[in-house]
Amino acid sequence: MVYISCRDLKLGYDGEVVTENINFDVEEGDYLCIIGENGAGKSTLMKALMNLNKPMGGEIIFAEEIRKNEIGYLPQNKDFQRDFPASVEEIVISGTLSKCGLRPFYSKKDKKTAEENMKKMNVYDLRKKCYRELSGGQQQRVLLARALCATGKLLLLDEPVTGLDYKVTCEFYGLLSDLNKAGVSIVMVSHDLDEAMGHSNKILQIGREQVFFGSKNDYLLSESWRAFHQHHSDHCKANTNIRSRNSEE
Amino acid sequence: MSIIELFKQYFSYPFVRYAFVVSVVISLSASLLGVTLVLKRYSFIGDGLSHVAFGAMAVASVFKMINNNVIVLPLTILAAVFLLRTGKNAKIKGDAAIAVCSVGALAVGYLIMNVFSTSANVSGDVCSTLFGSTSLLTLTKNEVVFSVILAIIVISMFVFLYNKIFAVTFDEDFANATGVNADRYNLIIAILIAVVIVMGMNLVGSLLISALVIFPALSAMRMFNNYKGVVICSALIAVICAVVGLLLSIVLSTPVGATIVTVDIFVFILSCISCRR
Repeated sequence: MVYISCRDLKLGYDGEVVTENINFDVEEGDYLCIIGENGAGKSTLMKALMNLNKPMGGEIIFAEEIRKNEIGYLPQNKDFQRDFPASVEEIVISGTLSKCGLRPFYSKKDKKTAEENMKKMNVYDLRKKCYRELSGGQQQRVLLARALCATGKLLLLDEPVTGLDYKVTCEFYGLLSDLNKAGVSIVMVSHDLDEAMGHSNKILQIGREQVFFGSKNDYLLSESWRAFHQHHSDHCKANTNIRSRNSEE
Repeated sequence: MSIIELFKQYFSYPFVRYAFVVSVVISLSASLLGVTLVLKRYSFIGDGLSHVAFGAMAVASVFKMINNNVIVLPLTILAAVFLLRTGKNAKIKGDAAIAVCSVGALAVGYLIMNVFSTSANVSGDVCSTLFGSTSLLTLTKNEVVFSVILAIIVISMFVFLYNKIFAVTFDEDFANATGVNADRYNLIIAILIAVVIVMGMNLVGSLLISALVIFPALSAMRMFNNYKGVVICSALIAVICAVVGLLLSIVLSTPVGATIVTVDIFVFILSCISCRR
């Protein structure tokens, strides 16, 4: 079952093309990682998948059962809404809204969905707490529970672990992997290559245009992986050098 | 004569009862929307719109309309929609657009009032439009009914759209991605704000209406840390301040609007001191 298929996608904004010739499919049960240099248009692609901006060319075809209401979205862990007074409960249940339609209030079923997902993400005990008082890892789990309220089929994640420490990051990826095994398809933008190689089954690498799309195993044997990985680790090394030089000074 | 008897005597006058009803319903609707405005970083839109409403009022008074709201309400709603649109992707960014509208309308409004007014006391007219000073006590029954109807519309819209307004306020991208049309709800919010501001012109005048919108919400946000709690608390604070302010203004014979706002400020300071969040 193909959930999303993108054909000759051309993306950009304000008339400037960021990336083009994007062709890929997301199938049921997939764990697709989207990787690429900074500014390669990963987030732009994500926004296009969520219908937040229109592609400049090509098309995105959604399976009938996916459409809009069956996509859950997890934003970057940005510092958004620092002073927003909202309890965990209120945020999680707001994920069910897409199914409410014109009905103004939540039904018993919505409340039950929210409760189940809070338990699944291990935030049920925090449900009366205020979102802004939680740690970064807890906040991401709350947002994940909200996304699961919106769908049990397809999750879109945009660099979900930015700003989390190593241990929390591992836990979070563990959760994602469990969800994937339970049948939730995952599309994730990541700059974390180890993770991308760890749990995913498919890789999409984009630059000025599509560099690679295929299974992870094929990618590991490809020329693009070697180049990208080399560049990436050089970059990391350079950063470490600069950092150590700075600390010496 | 005890205070209670004094109030009893005051409340035997219909104009005091009218003022009471109007100030409670206006404060209530303003405070409900206030929470959303403050959280969406739209606090200043209220201020900008109130100046637009002032300009519209000036135009209306030149045409000697029987009911000023026929002009003021649509113009303010238009301005609200315009300000919301420019917030996103126009050449003039949100805050600059608000500044342009607000001072522009203020200047043109005052000019029109001065040039075309036939009234003997122009500065008095301007003052009462800006600060609402006396007009509250000269309300007619029709105006009271009009305010109450608008308030019922605003409050019931808010209650019915409560969950959606929450979702759109907390995370617009997520709402959009999951098929909640955020633009539509932003538009509804803008229209409701415009309605509240036009209603509030009678009570506190155009300069002070944003105080009614912002202060109860800010005070409530210091006391509660969930959305429902903040909304309910903000409504309660607004109603209590309106009643206390009105009674004080009668006893001390001070301007009604300014007194209510002062009580709101007092509560805000109290909440700042007592709850350190």
